[in-house]
Amino acid sequence: MKRTNELIVALAVLAVVTVITWGLFAVGDNMPRGVTPFSKDVYHLHNTVLGIVTVIGILVFTAMFTSVVVHRKSKGYEPAKFTHSTKAEITWTTIPILILIVIAIPATSVLIDMEDTGGAEMNVKITGYQWLWKYDYIEDGISFYSALDRDSNRARQIGSGINPRDVDNYLLEVDNRLVLPTNTRIRFLLTADDVIHSWWVPELGWKRDAIPGMINEAWTYIEEEGVYRGQCAELCGKDHGFMPIVVEAVSPEEYRRWVEAQGGEVAMEPEEHPGFVGRDRASGSDEQPEESAETINIAVLEQG
Amino acid sequence: MSNATTANHDDHHDHHPTGLARWLFTTNHKEIGTLYLVFSLIMFLVGGAMALVIRAELFAPGLQLVNPEFFNQMTTMHALVMIFGAVMPAFVGLANWMIPMMIGGPDMALPRMNNWSFWILPFAFTILLSTLFMPSGAPASGWTLYPPLSLQGGNSLAFVILSIHLMGISSIMGAINVIATILNMRAPGMTLLRMPLFVWTWLITAFLLIAVMPVLAGAVTMLLTDRFFGTSFFDAAGGGDPVLYQHIFWFFGHPEVYILILPAFGIISEIIPTFSRKRLFGYTAMVYATATIAFLSFTVWAHHMFTVGMPLGAQLFFMYATMVIAVPTGVKIFNWISTMWRGSMTFETPMLFALGFLVMFTIGGLSGLMLAIVPADYQYHDSYFVVAHFHYVLVTGAVFAIMAGVYYWLPKWTGHMYDEKLGKIHFWWSTISVNVLFFPQHYLGLAGMPRRIPDYAIQFTEFNMISSIGGFAFGFAQLLFAYIVWKCVRGGAPATAQVWEGARGLEWTVPSPAPLHTFDTPPKVDDSVTAHKDELS
Repeated sequence: MKRTNELIVALAVLAVVTVITWGLFAVGDNMPRGVTPFSKDVYHLHNTVLGIVTVIGILVFTAMFTSVVVHRKSKGYEPAKFTHSTKAEITWTTIPILILIVIAIPATSVLIDMEDTGGAEMNVKITGYQWLWKYDYIEDGISFYSALDRDSNRARQIGSGINPRDVDNYLLEVDNRLVLPTNTRIRFLLTADDVIHSWWVPELGWKRDAIPGMINEAWTYIEEEGVYRGQCAELCGKDHGFMPIVVEAVSPEEYRRWVEAQGGEVAMEPEEHPGFVGRDRASGSDEQPEESAETINIAVLEQG
Repeated sequence: MSNATTANHDDHHDHHPTGLARWLFTTNHKEIGTLYLVFSLIMFLVGGAMALVIRAELFAPGLQLVNPEFFNQMTTMHALVMIFGAVMPAFVGLANWMIPMMIGGPDMALPRMNNWSFWILPFAFTILLSTLFMPSGAPASGWTLYPPLSLQGGNSLAFVILSIHLMGISSIMGAINVIATILNMRAPGMTLLRMPLFVWTWLITAFLLIAVMPVLAGAVTMLLTDRFFGTSFFDAAGGGDPVLYQHIFWFFGHPEVYILILPAFGIISEIIPTFSRKRLFGYTAMVYATATIAFLSFTVWAHHMFTVGMPLGAQLFFMYATMVIAVPTGVKIFNWISTMWRGSMTFETPMLFALGFLVMFTIGGLSGLMLAIVPADYQYHDSYFVVAHFHYVLVTGAVFAIMAGVYYWLPKWTGHMYDEKLGKIHFWWSTISVNVLFFPQHYLGLAGMPRRIPDYAIQFTEFNMISSIGGFAFGFAQLLFAYIVWKCVRGGAPATAQVWEGARGLEWTVPSPAPLHTFDTPPKVDDSVTAHKDELS
């Protein structure tokens, strides 16, 4: 009698919990699938693990709310006396371990693939500054800075009177995009000049810290042409929220034409850059130059 | 409030000072417990106000209210105040009030040190909060104080480090006191495996505190000498390593996470059996699971820093070790549900908060398992997904457990029942608003919004607005909590000694309100009085 009661309630609770969970998935955003083999691996891994933990959560909540509905004093339910079950304890220790192994196997293989940065066809050095990025194309001898674009920078000032909605790609546009060829194995060398930054383009599937005094490695292989946007992900000071990343992936042929058009011009040294604020600031954060990104934009424009 | 019931105790106990001196010089565990809890509530509201500044700025894209420097100061101070000022002192307050009564001891083992460890805190937080008014502003590099960024700040860094040292000294003394009390002050018959789980979790937490607070002290002292005395521990230009700081910090930081949650496990393990009218399921397994979690917490620190570029082998080790923590944590969840199963449940406010904890801590635990998966963590790391995760475990985990504990023991402390209707309103208001506040942050993180940014791209607008509305609703619900506590202190229906029908354990054998001195002569303890039973012996 009581057992049937529990079973019926459990099925009803299961239905309710499942519908709520489905609703939470339906209204929200998920991780982007991305445009590289690695980002797709990560996306599938994320979905797999999310699926597993969702099922675990639904089962746990079903058991819990079934108990809440059925085992009430107000329904005259007498408390049972049991306080221990070795069999149950072994079961719910073993099953989670098996589930973890199922998760660990694909996670390990994706990670090993990710960490293999060999066989690169081209190398790009990424340097983080407060608050802009510098890109050096090692083979092609191109070098430039990439900072928040002028429109976003105007709109983001307090009391600017500009509605951010009227700015295209507000906070996600730069003056100079990182142009990369598709279908090419590209190795990134990441470092920073002042504090720790983190280079993150979700569509590429990873972020990696850019640390002063160290060089980190990561790689990508972009399969689809397009514009992919990201941001600095490690708190790096007052304009941490204002140093976006824009990758423009073009065909290898178009990339070659872009390289020719650059004319081999190399950017100035960071110290000569008018917007540079990243060094010798330890004596006080109070005297930071205002609107640094604005000045940099002007400088880059003048530079042609 | 507690003088009236001390009649049958020795006379000299009644000659204690009154007014301010009573609180300044008290060595009584109950009064010090009250001081800790009041301090914690004040800090909770201060830290909450900072969170509302953050949520107000993030309500819409564009900068409307504060400049980015002040925004960063708010995120940093909010975390420091909530972790060190609100959650940790609340647990110490509960430990002070309840541990001696739960083990049948007359007081804490080291009463004068107890007084000192509390009275350091107001000074520590005055120093910390004073940095907000300094020319260089409060620290703005995140509560983790990562160099080189933290070294760019002004002289206020020195004040922050001093206040962290003071908090550390206070925590270590509190932890020593808890260990000394539990190991020495138990009544005859209160064997280790008869102790309530709250006492067990605190004993383990105290060892964690002693192990890691000195590590934090070392890390921030190296920051201090790097910033002011020309050393280069964390400066690559001088042969140092900025990542070294992160390793040291998180060697403290991860056990710290468990310092913030293990006593919560203890509270929940007391409340669920009471309102299920059934003994805790798998008591011994719960004790071992707690110890296992504490041990493993020392082996997983680098999962906070998967993106710094560690060798493959290290990343695999930290991934596997982190995943393993899911096993003992799962044991706890399953045991709590088994305790409820076939019980005879009622749903007073403490039980509601305990059930809220159970659901939402599970959500936070499951997203924690996702974060352990290194390749996926390359996407989650430093995004709002992480923010959502740790607020689920810290707000709906630790803070909900503290509130559950306060409602549970408030009648014992004050001798009055709190207003049950208002308590239930507080629970439902908090639970709904806290999910409106934090659940959308999962979506924001997955969609690519980094944490600690004062302004965001247009596509993040809707979920940030929803989150901010939830934030304000949750914030104001806590004013109701303060009112309920105040109202209960002032009066209410008289509470019996037992208070709750299903309550077991020594603390329910003394009158309500608990007299200033309890168990001057040790009680006799056997399985009939204890809350739990070691069913293996």
